[in-house]
Amino acid sequence: MLDIQNLQVCVADKPIIKGLSLQVPAGEVHAIMGPNGAGKSTLSYTLAGRNGYEVSGGSATLNGEDLLALDASARAARGVFLSFQYPLEIPGVPALTFVRTAMNAQRKARGEPEISAPDFLKRARAVAASLKMDMNMLKRGLNVGFSGGEKKRMEIFQMAMLEPRLLILDETDSGLDIDALKIVSEGVNALRAPDRAMLVITHYQRLLDYIRPDRVHVLAAGRIVASGGPELAQQLEREGYEKYETAA
Amino acid sequence: MSLREALLTHNADLLPGRRDEDWRWTDLRGVLRPLPDMSTDLQGLTSRPDIEVLPGVIVRRHAAPVAGGVSDIELVVARGEVVLLLDAFEAGEGAYVRDAALPIRLEEGASLTRLVLAEDGADAVSVICSDVSLAAGATFHQTVIASGARRQRIETRVTHPGQGASVRLDGAYLLSGKRHADQTTRLDHTGPGGESRQLVRGVAADQSRGVFQGRIIVREGADGADARLTHNALMLSEKAEIDAKPELEIYADDVACAHGNTVGALDEEALFYACARGIPAPEARLMLIEAFIGEIVERIDEAVLQALARSFVATRLEALRG
Ligand SMILES: Nc1ncnc2c1ncn2[C@@H]1O[C@H](COP(=O)(O)OP(=O)(O)OP(=O)(O)O)[C@@H](O)[C@H]1O
Ligand SMILES: [Mg+2]
Repeated sequence: MLDIQNLQVCVADKPIIKGLSLQVPAGEVHAIMGPNGAGKSTLSYTLAGRNGYEVSGGSATLNGEDLLALDASARAARGVFLSFQYPLEIPGVPALTFVRTAMNAQRKARGEPEISAPDFLKRARAVAASLKMDMNMLKRGLNVGFSGGEKKRMEIFQMAMLEPRLLILDETDSGLDIDALKIVSEGVNALRAPDRAMLVITHYQRLLDYIRPDRVHVLAAGRIVASGGPELAQQLEREGYEKYETAA
Repeated sequence: MSLREALLTHNADLLPGRRDEDWRWTDLRGVLRPLPDMSTDLQGLTSRPDIEVLPGVIVRRHAAPVAGGVSDIELVVARGEVVLLLDAFEAGEGAYVRDAALPIRLEEGASLTRLVLAEDGADAVSVICSDVSLAAGATFHQTVIASGARRQRIETRVTHPGQGASVRLDGAYLLSGKRHADQTTRLDHTGPGGESRQLVRGVAADQSRGVFQGRIIVREGADGADARLTHNALMLSEKAEIDAKPELEIYADDVACAHGNTVGALDEEALFYACARGIPAPEARLMLIEAFIGEIVERIDEAVLQALARSFVATRLEALRG
């Protein structure tokens, strides 16, 4: 489903991703772990299509389609969703308005009809309830004045509403308290499906206790330096990244 | 020195220009040579707007002159009366020149909510000025929304007596092409305990230019005045220009005055965030601009006027698309 081959990315003329290859088949959840500054967020921004992330080599395709040739909104319409490590605040745009605008823009790009206002609200209520979110929160300016944990929950709300195919979670667990971590993980697990792939970036084994990955990769200095089953995460938790940093 | 005198006497030497401190960013001398004739139907006289009384709102429609035109109308809101007023300036053809003087007097306990929607032609020169005086306990809430002209200036000068009177002077400008809009306010706190609030926001695209001059004077004896003034602007292109000058002059004691001014570009990160959720960049840009200006619209506390402001802004936003 997601196929990354020998990807090389520069930010501000500095090479950050240096020949990264990774395949995530449909229906699977892969975790990426790695030290601070390894390039995990850079990889997710590159896949989402952020300006300034210059691809200097390699390829990234989703179901055979070249992602790198599309702009960010077109990628979203094809099903790419990035849950931001640091979600942005958008004053003056209520969360519900924002999500409905995004949903209809994606539908339009795919040649589908707009969702009706009642249908949208009905779905928003159901998703909010499953994430234990107050509807009033969704009527305020998006993320404005929200706590770190509330912002992360809002990311998962948007993800559940937009029903993407490739889900990239960049440190969604950081900032979440124990209860929130559980609710958010359940929200993510509910989205597991045979036609979806997930890339879960995290520093902590704890999230992976809830969201069981099929594979775990270690990203260090811009490359995948090791891959394995869920047991690799446990090993990293015990031993740290030291041996990979010297290897990379 | 005023456009009015220059037009009425047909003497271009009386035009305000760059050398006049108060007009340095809105030079009329350079753009009005030769000075146009007065529209023939007026023959040196001043005209008045059409006045229509809709349910709950007084509407004054100010048609554009054919050439040069000077108009005048005073509004007095009587003791205890509550009035909603829309001053709608309509664009005309070509390089017309208008000067409108719209003094307002609020008697004791009177309340006026005023919305000014200023639409002018791209080649026009338009100067709109209101001197506003309030008696004790009066309320004056104003929102000016402007889309500029070759030169457009909307000036409001308020005398605030304190003594329970309340003043809000908000504004917004949305500029594209080579348009210029100047919003100038002077708020004179003359009595004790006066409160005033001002929020002005603008966006300037292409090669347009936004000017904001906001002066707050707290006179001797206006002790305990509480005045806040904020101007925020977004430059949507590198060739756009914003000139802003908030000023405080304080001659009284125990006053709480604050002013703030920010000029920046659209938040690129917020833009990417919206795009990453599937909103194409041009729409995302408009959404952020609309939200930015939307705060001004939401502060209008009368629903009828708020709706009029919203639709005016929506039309002007379309001009910023692209
Ligand atoms: N705009 C930029 N200009 C210059 N360097 C940058 C820029 N953005 C990121 N970098 C550098 O790229 C490297 C990778 O950063 P990235 O944010 O991808 O790391 P990360 O693996 O997500 O780390 P963390 O675990 O702390 O979130 C870092 O060395 C960082 O300083
Ligand atoms: Mg990161």
